[in-house]
Amino acid sequence: MAEDIIKLIKENVVLGRVNRDDEGIDEGMLGQPGVSELTEKALALGVSPVDIINNGLTAGMEIVGQKFEAKEYFIPDMLASAEAVGVAMEILNPHLAKSGIKDKGKIVVATVKGDIHDIGKNIVSILLRGAGYMVTDIGNNVDPQAIVDAVRDEKPQFLGLSALLTSTMVHMADTMQALRENGLRDKVKVIIGGAPVSEEFAKSIGADGYGADGFQAVRIVESLASAEDK
Amino acid sequence: MPREGILVHTPYERMTNEQVLQVHQASIQILNEPGLISFNREATEIFHSNGAEVASVSSSDNPCWLVKIPEELVLHALDSAPKTVKLGARNKDNSLVMNGEEPRVFFVSGSETNIWLDVDFQPYVKKSDPNIEVMVPEFHPRRGTVLDLCQAAHLCEHLETLDAFIRPVNIQDKDITEDNKDVNKFFASLNNTTKHVMAGLTSLKQLDNVVNMAKLIAGGGEELKENPIISFITCLVKSPLQFVEDTTQTLIEICRRGLPIVVSSSPQAGTTAPIKEGGIMAQINAEVLAGVTLSQLVSKGTPVLYGSVPVRARLDNLSDSYGAPESSQYNIDCVQMARFYKLPCYSTAGVCDTKTPGMQTSVERLFSDILVTLSGPQYLHCAYGLLDGNSTFCLLQAVLDDAHFQMIKFFLRPPRVSQAEIDDTLKQIREVVATPQKLYIRYIRPMLRSGQLSMPYPFEGDGETDNVLALAYERMKQLLSQPVEHIDPATTSRVFQEIPGILSRLNVYEERKEQ
Repeated sequence: MAEDIIKLIKENVVLGRVNRDDEGIDEGMLGQPGVSELTEKALALGVSPVDIINNGLTAGMEIVGQKFEAKEYFIPDMLASAEAVGVAMEILNPHLAKSGIKDKGKIVVATVKGDIHDIGKNIVSILLRGAGYMVTDIGNNVDPQAIVDAVRDEKPQFLGLSALLTSTMVHMADTMQALRENGLRDKVKVIIGGAPVSEEFAKSIGADGYGADGFQAVRIVESLASAEDK
Repeated sequence: MPREGILVHTPYERMTNEQVLQVHQASIQILNEPGLISFNREATEIFHSNGAEVASVSSSDNPCWLVKIPEELVLHALDSAPKTVKLGARNKDNSLVMNGEEPRVFFVSGSETNIWLDVDFQPYVKKSDPNIEVMVPEFHPRRGTVLDLCQAAHLCEHLETLDAFIRPVNIQDKDITEDNKDVNKFFASLNNTTKHVMAGLTSLKQLDNVVNMAKLIAGGGEELKENPIISFITCLVKSPLQFVEDTTQTLIEICRRGLPIVVSSSPQAGTTAPIKEGGIMAQINAEVLAGVTLSQLVSKGTPVLYGSVPVRARLDNLSDSYGAPESSQYNIDCVQMARFYKLPCYSTAGVCDTKTPGMQTSVERLFSDILVTLSGPQYLHCAYGLLDGNSTFCLLQAVLDDAHFQMIKFFLRPPRVSQAEIDDTLKQIREVVATPQKLYIRYIRPMLRSGQLSMPYPFEGDGETDNVLALAYERMKQLLSQPVEHIDPATTSRVFQEIPGILSRLNVYEERKEQ
């Protein structure tokens, strides 16, 4: 029974179905339980959260990744699956905490001051949630001081900053400066992204990483997390 | 079910109704004064016996007549010419049904080129950095052969957008003569594609052999009439305004056999037709109407296509400039004239001036491909794979053209706007606006999976590299590796027994035995 439900979770991650109202890629699936209902049910049946994560969610995402590499899946498919995993992780997190299992980490994301473009940030948020991170999205056009406050309050391991405009990317540097002035710079790893920024720019403002797209952003976070663990 | 082609819902037209009428009236005047010079005695007699004014203008060694065609003859012919023409196919699902009033476009290959362009890719090393090596296409022109024609038909069978096959290469093998060329080109084509096959006739003496072969393959005479797997194209009028002796006779004989035929004229603006748009239009329209009239006088109800291949002269060498925007203007005007007469239209696009695949080729070809398609001709000879005017055929280019026509066909899909669509989308908008991320991405997926979204250009390179030709070459090899449905062994055997002149190397079953 546990194996069956984990298999169903995996399959629904591959289909990118959050819940029973989600058709995924096939209208015929409407009304069938999605990842969130299946995760609840698995917990009710006593399946361990670690099993659900490793053999259901992560295994499903691995297949999604393979399909993306094979150009069978596209970014909307990846995002749908990541969103489904993110929803499952929200259900699982309290259980993980109860079991004493360490979560993958917390990330605060924001689009910087003067910039209201948040598509990139939102996509990165979905992908990070899908990768098992707890994401706090503090919105767009966020003042450096508000970002500093969020870092102080939320105590995330990572801070993600986004900008679309050349005129607003400068506020990434302001935010870095504000973190330094508030004694928080060494408390959080900062990654940046957005159309006008680059690896060089990230280095120039003292950021820890740069993601050219959402997938790279997740890889950078994973790699920084892994380096931190060592 | 016949092939769908693509319906152009609101065809692009250049001329007003008044301008169309002006062209029509001018053509009628041309047919009466100055009329046409006919080098074909039988056509002259047919016109004369039906009321046309005929006068001998022969020189001693070149008999010819001036034929003045009265308006009534033309109007009667336009009445009797079918408004719907069916072109059959070995696979009946590949047949085409064309209605002169419906701008449903079918894309067709052609036309007969002498040069076959082979392609291979060679490594080139950067002088200043020998670590950098790129693969560069090299093109090798040579004379086309009958096996090349087989390969062209094979590839065209698998090109998704290609609806019918006009042989794109002239077969110039040493053992091909005027007496066996037609049977070999038709058999090579028919045996390697299940789509409709159209060609010109090299020798009238071969017509019955070709028709008998088609009867065998179609399953009999009645079956061929019901499912005309072959049709013919005739350029019976040489511009300006001359009935050519042999091709006019070819038209007469084909009409007598009841098979579909294209009456085509290909004047060059500036040399064999006036350079002004109104002038070339009046002349080409008169030339086509003359051919249509003759077809109906020979056999009322002959299925005939209004064929137009107008082109502008290049001013540096007076060759045909298919890449010139004016050539597209003339073609689009002809489509409009054909629609005015409710006749299905054979039109031309995609011929380019460049000699090898590349950027100029794509620009020139796409320019006319898009514009002429938008005008809604029923049978668009769009020159898959043709280069250098009409001189060269390249399989690789045909693969590129297929990709471009997929984009054009996609673009021409009807707008998806309806109350149901709008209601569904309003629901989406309300749902998405209520979410923190405000993204519509999840709604893409059902559209993507049901084929409602266009795919990226299939020959897109990685990063900044331009690998279009190399990727198209890979696609070409992949398509050629797919099998084709040849004519069955029993029919093939009968064809080889009963139709003289077909080269034994075209018998795929004998070839297999030898292997």
